[in-house]
Amino acid sequence: MANNDSKAPMLDLFVFETNQLLEQLERLILDSEKSGGLEVVINEVFRIMHTLKGSAAMMMFNDISSVAHSLEDVFFYIRETKPQSVDYSELTDLVLNAVDFIKGEVAKVENGADATGDSYVVCEKSREFLSSLKEGHPKLTDTTNFDIDDSTIHSLTDVSDTSKGEGEIRYEARIFFDEDCGMENIRAFTLIHELSELAENIVHSPMDILENDATSEVIKNEGFQITFSTQKSLEIVQEFFCNTMFLKEFNLNVVADDSVKKAQQKKVIVLDDPIPDEPVNAAGKEMEQQTEGAQSFISVNVSKMDILMDLVGELVIAEAMVTQNPELQGLRLDKFYKSARQLRKITSELQDTVMSIRMVPLSATFHKMNRIVRDMVRKLDKEAQLEIIGEQTEVDKNIIESISDPLMHLIRNAVDHGIEPAQERITQGKPKVGKIRLEAKSAGGDVLITIQDDGGGLNKEKILKKAWERGLIEKEETSLSDNQIYSFILQPGFSTNDTVTEFSGRGVGMDVVAKNIEKIGGTISVDSIVGEGTTMSIRIPLTLAIIDGMNIKVGNSIYTIPIIAIKESFRLKEQNLIKDTNNNEMIMIRGECHPVLRLYERFQVKTEVKDLREGIMVMVEADGKGICLFADSLIGQQQVVVKALPSYIKKTKGIAGCTLLGDGGVSLILDVAALNS
Amino acid sequence: MSEIAENVLDEEDTQKDKFLTFSLGTEVYGIEIKFVTEIIGMQSVTEIPDLPEYVQGIINLRGKIIPVIDVRLRFKKVYREYNDRTCIVVVDIKNVTLGLIVDAVEEVLIIAAQEIVLPPQFDNGSYHQRFIKGIGKVGKDVKLILDSDRLLNDNEVSSLEKIC
Repeated sequence: MANNDSKAPMLDLFVFETNQLLEQLERLILDSEKSGGLEVVINEVFRIMHTLKGSAAMMMFNDISSVAHSLEDVFFYIRETKPQSVDYSELTDLVLNAVDFIKGEVAKVENGADATGDSYVVCEKSREFLSSLKEGHPKLTDTTNFDIDDSTIHSLTDVSDTSKGEGEIRYEARIFFDEDCGMENIRAFTLIHELSELAENIVHSPMDILENDATSEVIKNEGFQITFSTQKSLEIVQEFFCNTMFLKEFNLNVVADDSVKKAQQKKVIVLDDPIPDEPVNAAGKEMEQQTEGAQSFISVNVSKMDILMDLVGELVIAEAMVTQNPELQGLRLDKFYKSARQLRKITSELQDTVMSIRMVPLSATFHKMNRIVRDMVRKLDKEAQLEIIGEQTEVDKNIIESISDPLMHLIRNAVDHGIEPAQERITQGKPKVGKIRLEAKSAGGDVLITIQDDGGGLNKEKILKKAWERGLIEKEETSLSDNQIYSFILQPGFSTNDTVTEFSGRGVGMDVVAKNIEKIGGTISVDSIVGEGTTMSIRIPLTLAIIDGMNIKVGNSIYTIPIIAIKESFRLKEQNLIKDTNNNEMIMIRGECHPVLRLYERFQVKTEVKDLREGIMVMVEADGKGICLFADSLIGQQQVVVKALPSYIKKTKGIAGCTLLGDGGVSLILDVAALNS
Repeated sequence: MSEIAENVLDEEDTQKDKFLTFSLGTEVYGIEIKFVTEIIGMQSVTEIPDLPEYVQGIINLRGKIIPVIDVRLRFKKVYREYNDRTCIVVVDIKNVTLGLIVDAVEEVLIIAAQEIVLPPQFDNGSYHQRFIKGIGKVGKDVKLILDSDRLLNDNEVSSLEKIC
């Protein structure tokens, strides 16, 4: 929201919340489809629908609101009548359809456009579904009955009630509407409806307010009598009534639990100036619900977190600037160093905490995949199940964002190309339902995500043939490991190849997937057994922001190498140096040959140290390949805050970013994988 | 009310027609002051490989990493050693922050729009002609008004992309 519209913060909140609710809803409904019943989740679904409806109406997105409303009707019916013959798959379609509609609308709103979608088709579908449901249960009508047991809803919204009442409090209220407000019975009905979100066991008099228009007169003259029980405190109930439209005055009594009609508290409140502004009231109520539900969590703007992260990064650097100041060298400052240690301890704790705040579990991302599998399976007429393991594994927020699309792509590929049609599976003696396993686990400083299917596997010959044609292979085929062969599908250009996709699939856009994962410093590898399936392994760092780095010096420049990439560093022994016919230098280490990269040549830096024996070799490894970087000298290890290079500079090959050094200078972080290729 | 409105207009106008002038050798250039965020002395610049010569590298501006370009080299003039008067003019053009290394910063001048004329069109115009959008007359002197957009987005930048 670039414009400073006063509505913007509300809109942001709406978009954020709605998206969250939709995700939750999608997940619940998919789960319920799997388990073949709604019992467990229906109240939750109902609550989501209700909140969606309310907040959309509040923001004047009427189409979203009416879609939510139509679904709410369906669920209301299911909850109340518990019909036996619900077609869950059809119901799921219905809900997903609605979710997609709302998602589309929200996306429009988010991008600053108007929500222009027409809810008619979606609503009509819900209505059809509802009526088909009702045909199965003709004895029940749609008449809304408000003495329903809303306990689940309340147990959700009441969690943070401050009244701390042992149980429920029974209230008794008599209310009077403004004279001449008209339609008293309808207003009373609305009031009851709203109250039903707050309280239960609602009894009111007169009873037949909807059917009997004559009740209008009664309410006008004698007031509207309600008794209800709730766990809410008196203040909240009072506030509720104060916020009701056209209310002239009300009496609110607390009735003792044992129904002794002894009023413990009595208050008569006369509202001289009732607030006629409905949206505001609705907003207030909605907000109250929201804040209560999220009592121990707060949502923070990501950009604020980024700033905090930057600041902590600065702090870490500033700390190093002070405590490792060159001017202190050689001085005996015991007390200073003691304080410095204390400071360092605090800064590093602070850093860890900030990092942990940014960590979010992968579960939301993983569960999105359920939807994809479901849609794909239906479209392709295959059978497959997604198994999710380790969804609680946490990674940094910005990693989540970059991992979502590649994962989606891989899952899609697994269903599309990996899993065979059911018939084919049976003839091959496999279980009819294909299995896709999505697993995440922590592995040191990295997170390992694997996508495994038990489908047909990759066709090695086809890939090799294609690789030959594209000139990707120069060596003898036999010298390539399986892993290397499969990695060809990650090459750009393989994607457009029909022959490979037709037979073994997994071509389309795989290079994009690989690129996206590389962008966040991750790696991807492919493994496959023909007839048994394919495994894609993605290794991503936990976080992008702070890494352990080794600073090295080349001429006047300083470079930082991520510690995880470093295997060892050593001084060259001449007998280990080998030169090939093209004068390429290589070093033999424990029987393996690694190429030498002179950094000063690569980066065109002036340096005095050009003799390999004088400087230092740092062996780094990426993608299983080692390479020896030649630098003047090592400076030392430091935790560094990774900063992106300014956009003006664009990406330079071999440089992953930059960081600030203790003395305020800037060092470039080497991109080991890029240097290696 | 009208008074307030006038004040607001005045406020907006404070940057109008104002140019920060700097010199490269004997020529004096002006850049619209609204683009300038600050002027700092010469800093140690971290070089970045594989970039055009005029991009000197990046500097740390209080925790913010900004690229610096040598305006002399950008205009294909000869390189001159940096000295005490060498300055970095930090500009912010369309959310791109950039440091411009100039020989020396002169002053802030007001040059009214009517005092600015279009540069003469030479067919074989000198290279930096491309970056000049006008010539401002101040007394007997002339100041070359920079086209800041060009400075940033000239097609050389896209050729930069190809290199990387």
